[in-house]
Amino acid sequence: MSEDLLRIEDLHVAFSTRRGMVEAVRGVSLNVGAGEMLGLVGESGSGKSVTGFATTRLLDAAGRVTGGKILFRGQDVTKLRGDDLRHLQGAAMSMIFQNPRAALNPIRAIGLQIADAILTHKRISKDAARAEALELLRAVQIRDPEARMSAYPHELSGGMCQRVMIAIAISCNPALLIADEPTTGLDVTTQKVVMDLLADIAAARGMAAILITHDLGLAARYCRRIAVMERGRIVEEASPGTLFSTPQHAYTRRLVAASPTATSRIEDLVTEEERERYAAVVSKPRPAPAHGTPPLLEVRKLAKRFDQGAAAVADFSMTMAGGESVGLVGESGSGKSTTSRMICRLIDPSDGDIVFDGQSIGHIASRDFHRSPLRKDIQMVFQDPNESLNPRFTAFDCIAHPLMRLEGMRAGDALRQRVEECAERVGLPLDLLPRFPHQLSGGQKARVGIARAIACRPRLLVLDEPTAALDVSVQAVVLQLLDRLRRQNDIALLFVSHDLNVVRMLCDRTIVLRNGGIVEQGESRALFDNPKTDYTRRLVEAIPHIDTGKALAAAL
Amino acid sequence: MTTGLGATMVRAGRRLLSSLPALFGVLVFTFLLMRVLPGDPAVFFASGPNAGKEEIELIRKQMGLDKSVPEQLVFYLSDIGHGNLGRSMMTGQPVLKDLRERLPASLELTFTALLIALIAAVPLGVIAALRPGSAVDHGVRLFCALGVCVPTFVSGLLLIYVFYYLLGLAPDPTGRIDVFTSLPPQRTGFLSIDFLLAGDVEGWWAACKQLILPAVSMALFVIAPLARITRASMLVSLGSDFVRTARSVGLSWRKVVVTYALRNAILPVITIAGIVFSTMLGANVLVEKVFSWPGVASYALDALLSSDYAPVQGFVLLMASLFVLVNLVVDICYGIADPRVSIE
Repeated sequence: MSEDLLRIEDLHVAFSTRRGMVEAVRGVSLNVGAGEMLGLVGESGSGKSVTGFATTRLLDAAGRVTGGKILFRGQDVTKLRGDDLRHLQGAAMSMIFQNPRAALNPIRAIGLQIADAILTHKRISKDAARAEALELLRAVQIRDPEARMSAYPHELSGGMCQRVMIAIAISCNPALLIADEPTTGLDVTTQKVVMDLLADIAAARGMAAILITHDLGLAARYCRRIAVMERGRIVEEASPGTLFSTPQHAYTRRLVAASPTATSRIEDLVTEEERERYAAVVSKPRPAPAHGTPPLLEVRKLAKRFDQGAAAVADFSMTMAGGESVGLVGESGSGKSTTSRMICRLIDPSDGDIVFDGQSIGHIASRDFHRSPLRKDIQMVFQDPNESLNPRFTAFDCIAHPLMRLEGMRAGDALRQRVEECAERVGLPLDLLPRFPHQLSGGQKARVGIARAIACRPRLLVLDEPTAALDVSVQAVVLQLLDRLRRQNDIALLFVSHDLNVVRMLCDRTIVLRNGGIVEQGESRALFDNPKTDYTRRLVEAIPHIDTGKALAAAL
Repeated sequence: MTTGLGATMVRAGRRLLSSLPALFGVLVFTFLLMRVLPGDPAVFFASGPNAGKEEIELIRKQMGLDKSVPEQLVFYLSDIGHGNLGRSMMTGQPVLKDLRERLPASLELTFTALLIALIAAVPLGVIAALRPGSAVDHGVRLFCALGVCVPTFVSGLLLIYVFYYLLGLAPDPTGRIDVFTSLPPQRTGFLSIDFLLAGDVEGWWAACKQLILPAVSMALFVIAPLARITRASMLVSLGSDFVRTARSVGLSWRKVVVTYALRNAILPVITIAGIVFSTMLGANVLVEKVFSWPGVASYALDALLSSDYAPVQGFVLLMASLFVLVNLVVDICYGIADPRVSIE
């Protein structure tokens, strides 16, 4: 073990905040061998990114290493200064960041940005650096690299930006690459392509890598060894197979259970101890709708064209029965969010009609729809629980607002009762109601968002990536909550998501969108098990699978 | 790049067209305002306090003031259409000629002041942003506060007191050049440039010495907004992901701060500089008065005090047009500096 490239020993990192010093990393020990790819997995706040930043010496001003050593080739990184440090950064180790578009200088051509990195560590002419930059763009498989040299980040897609970022990171052939959530926020198919590229490049150039991610499946797919972090400590370190089949630590067990897989059901998302309460609800069979019941929602040939360019959505038709759950999946730009917003009557369709419960609502202007009596029957839950709550409203105000606006309730005991009832239904503790959004956790904010949407007892709930910003364990709870609400209150769910595993669990039927048109639709499980089109197959194959462990667990 | 520049030009052209109605509005509004303000120019310009009724009536007739206000407006607009801004009663010259003579003086002063302000403010803002909360940061904040809260005529008088009266370094603070220096042939109207073009270094130095005090007292006032904006946007820029990327590959400190952080941070400063420039041009009448600077602002003030309609109207029109023009230049600069702008 003496030839470890990187050895972290008992690392402590603390941040000075208004409330004093807060320890983000408390005693992490890790080692990475040359050419090895290590997965560092944990949920937000577990200290995994901070560990990465401490290693590359990129902690922001408030953060400080308070103890321990980070040995890179036997040299303590935490003590480097000046030129030694600059030689380390980029030339010996480099980093890839989460949001590729923000990570690139918006007003500098990408060719120059790559050349900047090269020129920092090599004494070569500018032309030679440009030639090398071009070579790197080729290496990261950017189409038409000559033309892209003078492109700016805003002219490239997120996946392309991440490739450029990879090109910058590998420009000086570092021995260690630290990738901090490199594919979060990218489409599943792009995610696979970028990760494959990253893994290939690291393997071809013999670089060691640390993959920091919240996605166990992703880490399992690319890493031989995974370290699981929780609250600043490493709780378990093992190969993916062992981790999934026989997780030792309670946190790992919970994390493994909460990670949706190709075969998991919604009730599997929590560990066995927590499962019972939920089972009672699920086991109750849902009465089949009487034959001949008219559909709750019928969408006919819906189309949306924005000012310029091609149609965002074209010829979209679907029906939904009451209490049914339908998934809407596709890559970004496929028109799924636009469609969901048209159905919610937040934007106006250019063509086609929407019939809700026998009434045509497609032609009511979206700005007037709030006066329609059907407004309270169609409600929406938005993607980002932080952005979609008014920061000046308490949780109580948020939930009470639709009741006052749409049901004309006045402040008083009746209102308080209704709000508390909603909070109870979504499992939000009542003592959190007077709090403001910034005083709530991500999961609690998601619950407030859902409570607000169900406050007026809607019959159709449209959810636009409601769990995309949440940790897997929180996502598991929110998904169960949604499923329970659907079963108990017969609310139909239109679920927009790019996460196929989630859609597979939650939705009876799935519609696959591409470039604004329906590619394929059908019963969820059948559709995912036997995709009929290449596009769907690619989507399905791109999901990181961790079925090794699940299969084992099922066999036992 | 060429497409980006082309798009910027198209956008600029569209902006210019869309500002025409606003200019027209300014024209009409100023005209009406002058008519509403108290004071009768005919009485003012009559030969003396004891001028007879007939004389005043005659002047009124000469000036067209006996007609109704809408009629006067129509005449005025048609004059403007023919490029005639009217005649000043004060100087007896066409307003256009007066403005043309005086505008270069104002522009030279304002440009110099803006240049001084930018040269001082941007580094101050950057230094403050590099060490937020440090003594340097607080020092910059104090300096900015002082600059803003001391009125320009006070700082101007202080500068005169110190540099002219006490130290004797500055020349007599009256006008653009002392009366004994022979003027260079007029080309740009900017004395400092005209002297250089004429090859007269001594004259150039004399003009610069006259210019420096008023320009500094003007600059002091606007350093604060520029430095504060620089500091704020530099802080954002330094904390951004792309600066972290630049640091992660070990770029030199200079490259990180100047090429990556400052070039991004300077974008909002361009916008603010445009606004500051437009404001300075008209609002620094006090500096022009203190230093007897023959600029357009003091000309307009004198005209206003003597109810001389035409120069005031001409001045407002000039300022409005300059404002449009400056915004246009800012727009174009911004379009060149930021490749994202050309995308709608």
